[in-house]
Amino acid sequence: MNRDEADPGNPVEAGLDTAIEANELTRKFGAFTAVDRISFDVRQGEVFGFLGANGAGKTTAIRMLTGLLTPSGGSARVAGHDVYTEGEQIKRRIGYMSQRFSLYEDLSPRENIRLYGGIYDLTAAEIRERSAEMLSRLGIEAVGSRPVRELPLGWRQKLAFSVALLHRPSIVFLDEPTSGVDPVTRRQFWELIYEAAGRGTSVLVTTHYMDEAEYCDRLSIMVAGRIAAIGAPAELKKEHGTGSIDDLFVRLARPAVSESKGPA
Amino acid sequence: MSPLVALLRKEAYHIRRDRRTLVVVLALPVVQVLLFGSAIRTDVNRVRLAIVDPAPDEATLELRSRFTATDTFHLVAVVPRASDLDPLFRTSQAQAGVVLPVGFAEDLAGRSPAQVQIIVDATDPNTGSVLRAYIEAVIRGYEQERIRLKPDSTGVTGTSTSPLPAESGFSRITATSRMRFNPTRESSNIFVPGLMAFVLTILASLMTAISLTREKETGTIEALLVSPLRPWSIILGKVLPYLAIGLVAAVAIIAEARLVFDVPLRGSAVLLVGEALLFILASLALGILVSTRTSSQRVAMMGAMLGSMLPNILLSGFIFPIESMPLPLRLISQVVPGQWFVTIARGIMLKGVGLEYLWKETLILGGMAALLLAVSTRAFKARLG
Amino acid sequence: MRRVFFLAQAELLHVVRDRATLAQVLVVPMVQILILANAATFEIRDTRMWVVDLDRTAVSRGLVNRFAASGHFDITGTAPSLDAANEALLRGRATLALIIPRNFEANVARTRRANVELVVNAEKGAAAGIVQAYAGIILGAYSAELAHRRPSGFGSAGPGGAAPRIDIRYRSRYNPTLNYQHYMVPGLLVALVTMIGTLLTAQNIAREKELGTLEQLNVTPITRGQFIAGKLLPFWLVGLIELALGLTLGVLVFDVPVRGSVFLLFGVAGLYLLVALGIGLWISTIVDTQQQAMFVAFFIINIYMLMSGLFTPIDSMAPWAQAAAELNPVRHFVAISRAILIKGAGLSDIARPLTFLAVFAAVVLTSAVLQYRKRAA
Repeated sequence: MNRDEADPGNPVEAGLDTAIEANELTRKFGAFTAVDRISFDVRQGEVFGFLGANGAGKTTAIRMLTGLLTPSGGSARVAGHDVYTEGEQIKRRIGYMSQRFSLYEDLSPRENIRLYGGIYDLTAAEIRERSAEMLSRLGIEAVGSRPVRELPLGWRQKLAFSVALLHRPSIVFLDEPTSGVDPVTRRQFWELIYEAAGRGTSVLVTTHYMDEAEYCDRLSIMVAGRIAAIGAPAELKKEHGTGSIDDLFVRLARPAVSESKGPA
Repeated sequence: MSPLVALLRKEAYHIRRDRRTLVVVLALPVVQVLLFGSAIRTDVNRVRLAIVDPAPDEATLELRSRFTATDTFHLVAVVPRASDLDPLFRTSQAQAGVVLPVGFAEDLAGRSPAQVQIIVDATDPNTGSVLRAYIEAVIRGYEQERIRLKPDSTGVTGTSTSPLPAESGFSRITATSRMRFNPTRESSNIFVPGLMAFVLTILASLMTAISLTREKETGTIEALLVSPLRPWSIILGKVLPYLAIGLVAAVAIIAEARLVFDVPLRGSAVLLVGEALLFILASLALGILVSTRTSSQRVAMMGAMLGSMLPNILLSGFIFPIESMPLPLRLISQVVPGQWFVTIARGIMLKGVGLEYLWKETLILGGMAALLLAVSTRAFKARLG
Repeated sequence: MRRVFFLAQAELLHVVRDRATLAQVLVVPMVQILILANAATFEIRDTRMWVVDLDRTAVSRGLVNRFAASGHFDITGTAPSLDAANEALLRGRATLALIIPRNFEANVARTRRANVELVVNAEKGAAAGIVQAYAGIILGAYSAELAHRRPSGFGSAGPGGAAPRIDIRYRSRYNPTLNYQHYMVPGLLVALVTMIGTLLTAQNIAREKELGTLEQLNVTPITRGQFIAGKLLPFWLVGLIELALGLTLGVLVFDVPVRGSVFLLFGVAGLYLLVALGIGLWISTIVDTQQQAMFVAFFIINIYMLMSGLFTPIDSMAPWAQAAAELNPVRHFVAISRAILIKGAGLSDIARPLTFLAVFAAVVLTSAVLQYRKRAA
């Protein structure tokens, strides 16, 4: 897949090398530290994976980066803007797909697209155009006017993803986009992700499926709010001497256990 | 531990953890009693009166002073023309007006009767009637005074012990009024039974319905159904906590009413609580019934409100007397459990009667409770089955 | 601005498609008005009374006839003794007992003073006062009649002329037929609009919170003001439509008069709705689930309604309660609604309550906008 070629029909805000940078980013809830001084960066056009078990702090991290939650400490810049002070500018340039399905189930795909298109200030013509394009790309023109709740889960997820990209953001955040979805659909999903990345969109995706780690350009593994490992999949495996990211994760998450197991 | 106890514990956790609902549920009876005890009244006092006096003379001035002499009236304006009353009415500055004639003193001294007109803002017809009575009483009292003072006219005195204002009932016919069962006509005395019905329907019907449908909505009920629990245990586990809460609320309301507002309880408290129990059971059954018809919490809430709360407030005689309602509604009120409970509770609290007077109503209330419970449990089992 | 329109459109689609909401918005309120307007009345009609006439003379019978002919009382029984009458009251068979003592006629003629006894079942509170008032009027009228009718004895012409006499005429302004429904329906319309406004808004936004769709909106560049406007606009429209439907129903079914300007009424309603919606919005920010939203909204609405003069007059409340009621927007709109519809009030007449509403609207909306946070702290 050639990601250096930006699709000429879809200009993306270029110019910045670093899409996201975080430095000692922290979030506490009372005495509990959900995100503990994480530092990482995501380069433009990269697919960056946030791996970790449930409760490791991935969603909290994303919510801070998307302006849904104020950090307790540290700093971060998204699309060149400071998350503390320039939250609203950030929102113009990012897309987001939350863990819970958050399109309106009683509205149709077309109506959902119209809504978000309008909110992102797309013109009527743009909305029409992109709506048709999206529905045909996903193959759901036939049910484009039926309520979203009638779509099976996999299609819904793909729709939500596409809507997140509707306004051609330069960065898109995906929080566990493939949860509960069958393997075939998962594969299709990642094709969509690659397409987006191919157009120059940076993708930050969290997942707890370790096999998806292999699909990322780089990844980080979060354990109990800290980043335990960060880098390209191949490098990480070599560095830690594990055959798969899965094994690496197990080793990092449960050092006592993996020690007794010995090297993979 | 028996599965039923486990279920009860779970339900208790639910209730305790939903803090906001809990606060509302606890605060509701307390606030309601407070409101009804001190704010909701129907007595008429400090009537805002305007007087139209086109040609003041000593008689009109005298009559005017009769009005200002009492606390019952508050003279807001004296105007020269009757048409001046309208703006005062429209802004609600005045509730009533008295139009005095030109030459009032002459009329009273001479042969022709003096024409006085009472104009009342009858937007609220009931207040209007009471205002009329009060004003007429003052006028008649003045008439009587003048008659007494006039030489050769026979003096008439009358004493009145009626609670109407001092210069009351002109009449040579006076009335001694006795208010039975509620001598001070305290509004607070009569609301407690209705209030109990109101709060209990919320607790027993509404919350039960919502609790049951919430389990359906979230799917947790399926886990319960595949467990070895019998259907009746599930129902019981859901329902008992609200029964307990209802009883506690009933007792709390009675206690608050007695302690804070001195509401009488002339009959047996035990009987009262027993009757409340019957009513709670009926309400619980309604809640269960509503929950069998839907798996959406919102619809359950609407259903419980329509089917249980509203009838129990409106058609139980809580605020609005049933005798004043048109026939169809009076008939419907006969099948509303709240109506029977309010009658019984009032009887016990205000009249001090016991089962010997209330056996019929108790039987009906009990019968309703039993019937509703039977129907609802059957419906619930059918749904589960 | 476009964003507001898009959001409002989506919101409207929701409402229209959700059958439960539609029922809540259309059917339930109409049913409520129909039932409430019929049930919510303190009107006294055919009050059952018992008569204990121990005198049995023309004068005493005359009095009894006056009661029977008044249209307010229904003489359902006579008793030979006080005890029997008391029993009737105890058993709820009568609300009023009139006890005319022996020598009533004789007393009237001789001493010109006679006393009767009225025993009222005050169990039901409100009714008792009104019953007493009506009885008082009947007694007063009868006595006046007696006084001026007698050819001999009192009231005769002496050297000073006829006895002073006052003829009292009586007018019920704005509601000559004393129709209780005309009084209730304008207030009920307010209740309706309030429920839609506050309850629905609170519930709806709380549901979005629960489902997670709210988060998706928070991530967009939409501003707080635009969000609130977009969310509230459909409910604002729905509220006005409700009012129109309810008013139509009131006019068609209950003959409610419309003496003032309908435009003025709807203008005020528009303002009032802002307050009601704002409160609903505020509620949605302090709850997590739909259920909580419903309970809290219900609790607050309940208090507002009871203290609004809708069911019981504000004038009857204790002074502190009356003062508190000034802060109740429902109270003001109820007063305005009644003033416009029943009394034909114009803008200047309702200036005072209108000012209250305007201030409330400004305060509530400003704090709603300020309080709403797209980002959690």
